Amino acid sequence: MSVATATTEIPGKQVTYLNHEKSIKSWLLTLDHKRIGLLYMSTIVVVFLAAGILALLVRIELMSPGRTIVDAQTYNQFFSLHGILMVFLFIVPSVPAILGNFIMPIQLGAIDVAFPRLNLASYYIYMVGGVLVVAAMLLGQIDTGWTFYTPYSSRLGAPIIFMTLAIFIAGFSSILTGINFIVTIHKMRAPGLTWNRLPLFVWSIYATSIVQVLATPVIGITMLLLLLEKTLGIGIFDPALGGDPILFQHFFWFYSHPAVYIMILPAFGIISDLMGTFSRHEVMGYKFVALSSVAIAFLGFLVWGHHMFVSGQSAVSSIVFSLITYLIGIPTGVKVINWVGTMYKGSVSLKTPMLYALSFLFLFSIGGFTGVMLGVLGVDIHLHDTYFVVAHFHYVMMGGTVVALIGGLHYWWPKITGKMYNETAGRIACALIFIGFNVTFFTQFVLGTKGMPRRYYDYQPQYADLHALSTYGSWILAAGLFLVLFTFIHSLMRGAAAPSNPWGGASLEWTHTSSPPSPHNFDEQPIVTHGPYDYHHYYHGDGQSAEAELAPPSKA
Amino acid sequence: MGDKGTFWMPQSASTVSGEVDALFYLTFWISTVIFLMVVGAMAYFVIRYRRRSESEVPVDEHDSRLFEYSTIGLSIVLVLIVFTWGFKVYLKLNVAPPGAYEVQVTASQWKWDYTYPDGTVYAGDLHVPANRPVRLVMNSMDVLHSFFVPQFRIKQDVVPNRYTSVWFEASVTDTFDVFCTEYCGNQHSGMLGKVIAHPQEEFDLWLSEAGGGDLSPEEYGERLFGQNNCNTCHSIDGTRIVGPSMQGLFGSQRQFASGESAVADENYLLNSIVAPAAQVVEGYPPAMPPSYGSLPQDQLNALVAYIKSVQ
Repeated sequence: MSVATATTEIPGKQVTYLNHEKSIKSWLLTLDHKRIGLLYMSTIVVVFLAAGILALLVRIELMSPGRTIVDAQTYNQFFSLHGILMVFLFIVPSVPAILGNFIMPIQLGAIDVAFPRLNLASYYIYMVGGVLVVAAMLLGQIDTGWTFYTPYSSRLGAPIIFMTLAIFIAGFSSILTGINFIVTIHKMRAPGLTWNRLPLFVWSIYATSIVQVLATPVIGITMLLLLLEKTLGIGIFDPALGGDPILFQHFFWFYSHPAVYIMILPAFGIISDLMGTFSRHEVMGYKFVALSSVAIAFLGFLVWGHHMFVSGQSAVSSIVFSLITYLIGIPTGVKVINWVGTMYKGSVSLKTPMLYALSFLFLFSIGGFTGVMLGVLGVDIHLHDTYFVVAHFHYVMMGGTVVALIGGLHYWWPKITGKMYNETAGRIACALIFIGFNVTFFTQFVLGTKGMPRRYYDYQPQYADLHALSTYGSWILAAGLFLVLFTFIHSLMRGAAAPSNPWGGASLEWTHTSSPPSPHNFDEQPIVTHGPYDYHHYYHGDGQSAEAELAPPSKA
Repeated sequence: MGDKGTFWMPQSASTVSGEVDALFYLTFWISTVIFLMVVGAMAYFVIRYRRRSESEVPVDEHDSRLFEYSTIGLSIVLVLIVFTWGFKVYLKLNVAPPGAYEVQVTASQWKWDYTYPDGTVYAGDLHVPANRPVRLVMNSMDVLHSFFVPQFRIKQDVVPNRYTSVWFEASVTDTFDVFCTEYCGNQHSGMLGKVIAHPQEEFDLWLSEAGGGDLSPEEYGERLFGQNNCNTCHSIDGTRIVGPSMQGLFGSQRQFASGESAVADENYLLNSIVAPAAQVVEGYPPAMPPSYGSLPQDQLNALVAYIKSVQ
């Protein structure tokens, strides 16, 4: 199961996974989890850029009432494609496929994932899904939003068939990655790496993988049923054929609510690792944080109906779903408290990744509290399908997952590329993103409570000022994101060589591999004797001084 | 009316809106207080425990189980309080009082039609008596729609082949916005209307004249043209919106996408409303929904009369 390739010696240079083979084929057909992680990263960055530009266009159109730059039909397609790309091709795969692939096996002390070929297959299945999405986009007409509610979506022609097929196929990539990771975490941990010593990033990837394997088939089935209805005229969801449109919503949210946890759980893992390393302190309540990921993964399957309080589902269902929705807030709150508590009596360093982690705590808490407010039955009736919901999920998905992903990329960047980035540029970008994000989306909470419905091309004059403000915010946010991109590109070209452990982390990717890692990650099988956040042991425990460990590239 | 609402909420104008707002502000303030505590602790720890030297490694404290369990316990109590209150308000929003005045609502792309107990069909705006419970029994002719009146804090999806209902009691006489809040296609954001709450006597008078009353066919047609949101796609001054303008339409030569052509007479106008896909004018998208075919004949006649008059 190893990466069976001949290693060429390059004189005077350290052999790493990046330079041991150079042909294009060695990248495109690689079985190395690290290279596959980079393949995903390059593709996912392109998707994020495309979907982000669509978001900017949507915001510009909304800068003033009436037509600003495009007509209604084009606007409706812009917001739909923004949602579809961001959800299905960016945020679902983002953290697991990039950082999960790259970092998780190293944190386990493994040389690769359990099924490297399956891992590569997952990437190409994802690419097939992506190509079909682009095909559907070029055919035009996709203006359903990312939710594809019937019967509106049933009435569209060929493009919707391509789009449902694309999501059906991309789902398999998600399922296969999930299976691969579950097996890897169960079977490939280094000697001594017990469940209680797993880095919390691994725990969160584990919980995510379970949800991916159990929930994704449901969206596959739903898309298949939609396809059958369209091609064979069987009445399932379309009332014109005797189907039930609310059944579609049940199916859709039975996947898409757990999918929200596919999107956020890996981010929780990143934040746990960041809080530990940059506080140089054991993550508070390790077991509570680890098991709350599993609790969230489980409860996440039982709350889908809270998307449907005004859909026409029965009042009794709504009441039950509301109650369970509150329960899921509790493990989430436990995590936030423990992350903050990790800094208590720690040694807090405000490097760029930590600034992202603190931004995450701020933004995600707002996202979480507004989520609880939306779960309040009497209040949700008013807020449902308004900008309050739009703001809420952007606080969770962007303020949560995307901010954590960028923080994680800064944190593991020296490990992945072997280069340091410019700390000042990193901090300025983080500040721009934080300010821009809040200006863009906090205004949308107020728009929402005032009654502004979502997915509106045109709006009443009383909403104009807040919409304009939100648009200005989106430009600050975009400036911050582009600065991140430039910082990373600059680092690749000019960055100083990274030491093996620039931050003083205590998990295996920092203590037992070089930056960047060698093709097989480790020179010898690591043996784990302490927890992932045992900085005390790491600095003083095994006779080595902290200075020696912190010194630049050790040859091991 | 003077009531412009609070910082967060719009004007409060129904018998339940005050309770919804109280519940909103309860959860808002609980959330704000806890949020400020979390952010405050965060800021304090960042400053108090900032790294003073690179080699500093603090001693790990043992976790306090008591702290973990009391956090969990406290949050369970808080959410149960909020849940119970939310449940009570929800029941009130859900169950219409007996004897409510019932109006049938028919939604279609992209307009609202209201049928009153006396059989009057009125499009666009909903006129209701104030200070009396009104129950709307709704269904859709085509795709999903959703009936939302922010000032009443009510919302309900409108579904084809199934009735859904919602009720409210306007506590002030005023005009309020109706938004469609379930995406329903191209002109979703144009699917607007008003709720006009009248004193009972004024409402009775309005209802007796709602069917057109003493209006001429052209005047009635002009009103229907606005009520049915025809004007969101068709201008009357020659401007191009989505569909052709009505100005000078009657009697003109029409060139169709199919290559055929015809003179716009009364039959052409009527057919274009009832079966819009049959003769699509060249250069325009076939975007008009067929739902206008369900208008009553007298309203169709009035619309044709009005369009003839737009010169």
